[in-house]
Amino acid sequence: MALQSLDIVRRSATTLPEPEARGAHTGQVAKLIDTTKCIGCKACQVACMEWNDLRDDIGTCTGHYDNPHDLSEYSWTLMRFTEYENPKGDLEWLIRKDGCMHCEDPGCLKACPSPGAIVQYANGIVDFQEENCIGCGYCVTGCPFDVPRISKKDKKAYKCTLCSDRVAVGLEPACVKACPTGAIVFGTKDDMKQHAAERIEDLKERGFDQAGLYDPAGVGGTHVMYVLHHADQPMLYSDLPEKPKISPMVGLWKGAAKPFALFAIVATAAVGFLHYIGIGPNETDEADEEAARRELEKPP
Amino acid sequence: MNGYNDRRIVRYTAGTRINHWIVAISFVLLALSGLALFHPAVFWLTALFGGGPWTRILHPFIGCFMVAAFILLAAEFWKDNYLQQRDWIWLRDIQDVVNNREEHLPEVGRYNAGQKLLFFAIVVCLIGLLLSGIIIWRQYFSFYFPIGLIRFGALLHAFCGFVLICAIIVHIYAAIWVTGSIRAMTRGTVSPGWAWKHHRAWFREVTRGTQPK
Repeated sequence: MALQSLDIVRRSATTLPEPEARGAHTGQVAKLIDTTKCIGCKACQVACMEWNDLRDDIGTCTGHYDNPHDLSEYSWTLMRFTEYENPKGDLEWLIRKDGCMHCEDPGCLKACPSPGAIVQYANGIVDFQEENCIGCGYCVTGCPFDVPRISKKDKKAYKCTLCSDRVAVGLEPACVKACPTGAIVFGTKDDMKQHAAERIEDLKERGFDQAGLYDPAGVGGTHVMYVLHHADQPMLYSDLPEKPKISPMVGLWKGAAKPFALFAIVATAAVGFLHYIGIGPNETDEADEEAARRELEKPP
Repeated sequence: MNGYNDRRIVRYTAGTRINHWIVAISFVLLALSGLALFHPAVFWLTALFGGGPWTRILHPFIGCFMVAAFILLAAEFWKDNYLQQRDWIWLRDIQDVVNNREEHLPEVGRYNAGQKLLFFAIVVCLIGLLLSGIIIWRQYFSFYFPIGLIRFGALLHAFCGFVLICAIIVHIYAAIWVTGSIRAMTRGTVSPGWAWKHHRAWFREVTRGTQPK
């Protein structure tokens, strides 16, 4: 959101490296969301509203528990509820706290055309700096998780900041603080992975053979991770992508196409210049005018 | 009766010329603002439009305006740009064209094969830019389309914009290269020698029956 006392390692639409002398030597951060412990109370949503001073419009009931029914510029996190009937015929209520995943390789940052509108801190948090946002929506195009939302009011992009302002002063994100069951925990990424491994071991002992950690490698891993009962089927959890990665079309558009196109445009102009210097203009001389005159004066 | 030297041939009427320059100026604005949002090395071009957000706001409106103006231009030029048998020979002998050896090339009508191909390249690029531009116009339209189509639209828009910019560079250079062409679009007339040399079939067509007795 605003400038933080955090070191920036990556900046949108910037070709030169950021100051990199200082780093997150004590480890990058991560938020671990244990879907197997979530009771769907939405305390995290309320905490997010409170800390960030966000109030979404009162919506309408769409026939399921999701409320509001989608992320918006005012709702940066959201519990998504799925009723899943497992092969044994039992009902499982799968609840996933949706929001920005804070990718190590963020599609939003790659797609953003405005220098410094999206930054990545050394600790791994991906943050939008709305004062630099031009409202084009390319971050929406680039995101593999459908997270950023453009405000209808100010045309700026918004999403979860992982409470970068709190983390910068040594606090955990608001949603973590509010969670009553300990389903959301926060710490260094290594600690969170270890915590997840213990949880997964426990779940496996209790019959969830496919329990696992969701830390997708296609986006370089994420700084928001899930413990899932069915890590083999992430799609069960309100379409959590199985193998998310930056779309090849976005990769081409924001990768090879940029230097190639700029080079080819300059080269086209250069060829024209060299043609003029080397071969020269095609001029109409007196002989041509004379030929035209002869033809015009020829009797019909 | 005017002498031969005063007898210039009209190539473009005032209305056509004005429309051409409306399209041309719009194109320059679109190319600058589009490149600014395409490559960070030229993001500073957004300053010409009042900053990033204003560039984002103005670009699509200028685009719609240019397409509307271009449709009128294209409707006027359309028939003269049909490719004919002689155009393929002209293209085969492109070496002679770029080396200013026009003597052995087939006679050219109102437009040569290069101009015709350029014309249709512009038409195709503008159709691509218009359609993809609507898809990626976040403020009004993007929410009607699935994300895969938006991603394709963004890529297509960049590609068509790139091809169009290169095509227009060729167009501008050709006007500089073939001396006497620029006047056709600024003052509307060309000299009979120019028409005879570069567009002989057209020259005969427009001067038929106008020879002094």
